[in-house]
Amino acid sequence: MSDNNEKKLLISVDNLTKHFEDLHALNGVSIDIYKGDVVFVVGPSGSGKSTFLRCLNRLEEPTGGTILFEGIDITDKKTDINKHRQKMGMVFQQFNLFPHMTVLKNLTLGPMKLQGKSKAEAEEEAMKLLERVGLADRAKAYPNQLSGGQKQRIAIVRALCMKPDVMLFDEPTSALDPEMVGEVLEVMRELAKENMTMVVVTHEIAFAKEIANRVIFMADGLIEEEGPAAEFFDNPKSERLKQFLAKVL
Amino acid sequence: MNLLIKFSEDFKQNFIDANRWKYILNGLGVTLRVTLFAVLIGIAIGFIVAIIRSTYEKTGKLKILNFFANIYLTVIRGTPVVVQLLIIYFVIFGSVRIDKVLVAVIAFGINSGAYVAEIVRGGIMSIDPGQMEAGRSLGFNYIQTMWHIIIPQAFKNVLPALGNEFIVLLKETSVAGYIALEDLTKGGDIIRSQTYSPFMPLLTVAAIYLAIVMLLSFLLKQLERRLRNSER
Repeated sequence: MSDNNEKKLLISVDNLTKHFEDLHALNGVSIDIYKGDVVFVVGPSGSGKSTFLRCLNRLEEPTGGTILFEGIDITDKKTDINKHRQKMGMVFQQFNLFPHMTVLKNLTLGPMKLQGKSKAEAEEEAMKLLERVGLADRAKAYPNQLSGGQKQRIAIVRALCMKPDVMLFDEPTSALDPEMVGEVLEVMRELAKENMTMVVVTHEIAFAKEIANRVIFMADGLIEEEGPAAEFFDNPKSERLKQFLAKVL
Repeated sequence: MNLLIKFSEDFKQNFIDANRWKYILNGLGVTLRVTLFAVLIGIAIGFIVAIIRSTYEKTGKLKILNFFANIYLTVIRGTPVVVQLLIIYFVIFGSVRIDKVLVAVIAFGINSGAYVAEIVRGGIMSIDPGQMEAGRSLGFNYIQTMWHIIIPQAFKNVLPALGNEFIVLLKETSVAGYIALEDLTKGGDIIRSQTYSPFMPLLTVAAIYLAIVMLLSFLLKQLERRLRNSER
């Protein structure tokens, strides 16, 4: 939307570590994410990229380091994480829609119970977003009646209904049949166009190349290389990234 | 012909004379009341204990509450319900005058709660952890996620087992006669002791239990079907 160069810092991660008993998943990750950034996180499995993403909204409790979100240290135990999570939409590999509720109820539960919106208001907003992803006709359906691609699009809309400031995607297409990947990527592409701040963990390298403005390559729980998308793919510096790209491209 | 006359005489003696049918009717009322309120107490205790136990198992929190929950489960499931009923009546409420129906409700409610707790805990643990994560990621706290997302799904999953537990409970209340509460079983037994004719009153009592159990089973099936339909 706006082309001004003044970038607003949204998330600032400093020396983030996460240890699971003897496994060191994150060994000191630091990165600043600005408003409007579309950050893709790639790397071999076990590199800590999902753990990193899940630490951002503290679904995974970090062992050390700090995360400032909109200027507030959300790793501080005194911070009410529930309040800040409302501003951080999350999309899961397995969709995690609520199977006992209709699509519409899935979408309105958060806005109604957490943001005090009326049923009418929440439903109206939900329907608008459903229309935009082309699923308005499935509002009364239950998740079991939807295809994988539809489920994931609904899951994205569910997160958007909370009006988040950032969207976190944890391998959003990994559980999909190949023919359904496109429809989910299309929604993400739209979001990126609208300047939504996004952090995406993915194996879709070609897609990263297309819409990311920054790419992070993680290995052994560290950021091995980071840079603007074009440079990152066309001119990789580290040996490990070169090897990785050779395998996946 | 003789048999028929004997049958009708038997019937008259056991139920019509001295308005003995009232023992059955009043007894049935007591049995249903005790069962209904015990079920409600059982559900309340069961869900609370189940949430404590599953929270401890999943997050390691509520250690002390979990400790007491475990003692409760061990003691209640490790001793006969009749003994629990007698202890509550003669020991705990021994020195106060208290309605026997209330004592029975408390005793059977506490007893049922332990079984409900284990059923519900199984139901909660069977829900995909992704559901909790999805709820939390929207900004719901742990309790809210439990209430809006986990419990409704767990409840649906354990409904057949819960229904079964309540059918068992209905039949178990027949030991309420131990504290001289005149429930359905006791009512039949009083008639037997007055008429010295055990056949008719006892079989009537059995038939009434059977009819209620069959009705409950039927209703439960309907409810299950309706809940399942909502997912298709």
